[in-house]
Amino acid sequence: MTPSVLAGLVGAVLVGLGLYGLILHPHPLRKLLAFNLIGSGVFLIFGIVARRGAGAGLRFDPVPQAMVITGIVVAFAASALAVALILRLSAETSRVTLDPDARKSRNGEDAK
Amino acid sequence: MAELETTTPGGYLLVLAILLPLAGIMLSFIPGGRAAERVALCSTPFGFALACAVAFLVARTRKPIVYTIGGLPPPLGIALRADGISAVMLIAAAVIVSAAALYARAKFATPESVRESRSSLTFWIMLQAIWAALTIIFVGGDLFNLYVALELLTFAAVPLVCIDGRPETLAAALRYLLFALFGSISYLLGVALFYGANGTLDIPLLAQRVQATPVVWTAAALMTAGLLAKTALFPVHLWLPPAHANAPAAASAVLSGLVVKGSFFLTLRLWFYVLPALPTDKVATILGWLGSAAVIAGSILALRQARLKLLIAYSTVAQIGYLFLIFPLAAGSQAWSGTGWSAGLMQVLAHAFAKAAMFFSAGLLAEALGHDQIARLGGAARALPLTFLTITLGALSLMGLPPSGGFSAKWMMLQASIASGHWLWTLPILAGSLLAAGYVYRILVPAFSDGQVSLELQPKRIQEAIAFALTTIAIALGFAPQAFFDFLEIGRPMPSALP
Amino acid sequence: MSLLPYLDIGLAVLIVAVAIWTIAAPDLFAAVVGYVAYGLLLAFVWIRLYAPDVALTEAAVGGGVTGVVLITAGKRLGALKNIAPEVQPGLPFKILTGVLAALVASAVCGAILMLPEPPPSLAPEAAAAASGAGAGLGNPITAVLMSYRSFDTMLEKIVLILAVIGVWSVSTDKAWGGAPPPFRQPKPYAPMVFLAQLLAPVGILIGIHIFWTGANAPGGAFQGGALLAAMWMITMMARLLEPPRVDAQWLRLALVAGPAVFLITGLTGEFVAGSFFAYPPSLAKPIILFIEAFMLLSIAAALPMLVAGPPSERPDQ
Repeated sequence: MTPSVLAGLVGAVLVGLGLYGLILHPHPLRKLLAFNLIGSGVFLIFGIVARRGAGAGLRFDPVPQAMVITGIVVAFAASALAVALILRLSAETSRVTLDPDARKSRNGEDAK
Repeated sequence: MAELETTTPGGYLLVLAILLPLAGIMLSFIPGGRAAERVALCSTPFGFALACAVAFLVARTRKPIVYTIGGLPPPLGIALRADGISAVMLIAAAVIVSAAALYARAKFATPESVRESRSSLTFWIMLQAIWAALTIIFVGGDLFNLYVALELLTFAAVPLVCIDGRPETLAAALRYLLFALFGSISYLLGVALFYGANGTLDIPLLAQRVQATPVVWTAAALMTAGLLAKTALFPVHLWLPPAHANAPAAASAVLSGLVVKGSFFLTLRLWFYVLPALPTDKVATILGWLGSAAVIAGSILALRQARLKLLIAYSTVAQIGYLFLIFPLAAGSQAWSGTGWSAGLMQVLAHAFAKAAMFFSAGLLAEALGHDQIARLGGAARALPLTFLTITLGALSLMGLPPSGGFSAKWMMLQASIASGHWLWTLPILAGSLLAAGYVYRILVPAFSDGQVSLELQPKRIQEAIAFALTTIAIALGFAPQAFFDFLEIGRPMPSALP
Repeated sequence: MSLLPYLDIGLAVLIVAVAIWTIAAPDLFAAVVGYVAYGLLLAFVWIRLYAPDVALTEAAVGGGVTGVVLITAGKRLGALKNIAPEVQPGLPFKILTGVLAALVASAVCGAILMLPEPPPSLAPEAAAAASGAGAGLGNPITAVLMSYRSFDTMLEKIVLILAVIGVWSVSTDKAWGGAPPPFRQPKPYAPMVFLAQLLAPVGILIGIHIFWTGANAPGGAFQGGALLAAMWMITMMARLLEPPRVDAQWLRLALVAGPAVFLITGLTGEFVAGSFFAYPPSLAKPIILFIEAFMLLSIAAALPMLVAGPPSERPDQ
């Protein structure tokens, strides 16, 4: 089993694990962690596609690798935005949950 | 095939159309303050002119406009491609964004007392970002380029949902973000597999190379799952109603009218442009079933809502379901598939304008009455005549009553489903119209009855006029000539035409 | 007999194990720490895949900066005393989700095993274009990012700015215009200050070097920018510098500089080189480095601002 295939299978397993965590965990920060896991799995799959594309004097196909670099930066930006929302939500209410109906604000008013 | 890969005359218009709102974002951000609003408002006429120029050129040459960026053709470079449906969506986006910009001046103008306000700067920048992202989505020809555009769209739409900072909007925004991120990453995984199987991400090149292997099916399934989550198709629609209902009216109009259409447009690109060489009947049927379920479930849920904005949001869930009937009804290259294609695009346009108008009106209503509880709307029509006229006309289109774009769309869908022999699709179309009539009834009957409401605020004439103008467009679409539907066919690949 | 296959399998098992820990850990903070470790392990896998550029980016951004954001979030959430207990999903739901996840993972595994041979690749086209559109750059990834697919890169810089504005927009109206909260409490740990004073200048030099050599060797604006960003964050953690105000002109110019220069250069390409985002052949490499320098500045400004978070109301403001 070449390193590429092994890495690709690891990527697939990470995608599955991350999907499990994303759906199951009620806490948004853990959903975010799971999303990052899926993301890194997807990038690994890009990586093996790049490695398999070695040829013409290059050890890898540069196009998928460039896409991974772009993707890592975008995934980080997404995490930062999600964290900002989570922290603000926790500052406003006592429960950090995604359900917008299950909440009352600090002074007990019903959500309009 | 040389004509896929070289720049056609006028291709530079596509780049200008994209760069205009992008430059607007940066010009709004650096000085900040009131400059953001001015830049946004000044750029809308230019964007509209560019969209019209693109449409004019496509109509004149009867071929898609192509631009290879940097002069480097695919597969190594990136190409932009505008065909009939791209041009029409560009114009629709320009009109609705301009309308939202004018409407939002009342609420999102920077107050006199400060140099810069958070909500103003955020709104004007995010509006331009949504416009830029949609432009790329409508003319993009490379699947990874489209991924970056989808991310841009998400990052622009999410802050608009929670722009007024209430806790329920924060929760709705967070939920939207997580669904959207799942959608993007699933899409990206599909892109990885497509590249691994075919070595390119350019749409026409992929269409030539793609074969019905398990890798391609898996990739298509993953991309579609991601795009469906972003389009809020039942059953992954949970994020949409709280997000769209609790956002400010100008934002909801753009979110429901345009943003969800972006990911739907990419689903069209995937199945009708990349994969027509594959036997897609079963998938088309599944998408049609999901769409039908969305129509029924969304309409029933809309019937049960107490708040007007939530009702309108659930109506969006239902109307999105109609969009997915395009997959079974426009498949193949028979005569009725042309009708199905026209029907789907007409539904996209009619819903965009009608829904934007509805959300504008709901916003005006909520401000004028101080609430948007449907139970307390008795007699409101007498106090807000123009607003309720707008709502009525918009509802005509949503229900599919003539004359309106919505009627045109649903009539053509019925024609296509009968002509194709799959008359089963007529059932959800008709049931949806009936249920839509039900929830429209709930709003309009008390409003037009005798009753007294006290207005806390008189709505601004210009805002009512903008909403009315949009709903007029939704009605006017019902009178679209055959030439319009022929225009929509420009650039659409026919399965038999591929080698 | 080569040890590499055993190393590979060991690495794979370790990564999956840490990933399972991240998902299954009972405590939020433990899960976050697990994720940071996971990110650093991944860098090794990227080395094995002959992707040093990606390994650098993954270690710096994916593991490092993402880790800072997640750890800060975990700490602040853990500090909240009034969190209501989470409602855990029931067993049938867990089983259903597990089945779905397993199905998806198997489908993707199957797809990977059935990828076509010989693998399609753009490496030949990239090598052929290296002296032409590739501007003679020795690093083919930089050529892809800055020339062949430069449009993607410019868009992505704009996505980064938009994320900064989005993070800032989450603040309250009263706090707007102010600065994000300081990275640490008033009394910074003395060795931390010493480390910052020692490390920052060195790190800045290394960051600029990584950017500069990225034209011909692994590296580039992203990796160099991440290192510069880290240096700025370290100085802010040591309270040698404070997070700037969000309405500071210099900050906004720094953030926008990269994509703005990219866009303007792209526009002029139409008149100078025949196509938008094309480069005149003789000046291609200097122009690319020029654009990358501004991208470096923007990335170094954007990443710490994303970590710093939205502006907050401070007692002294």
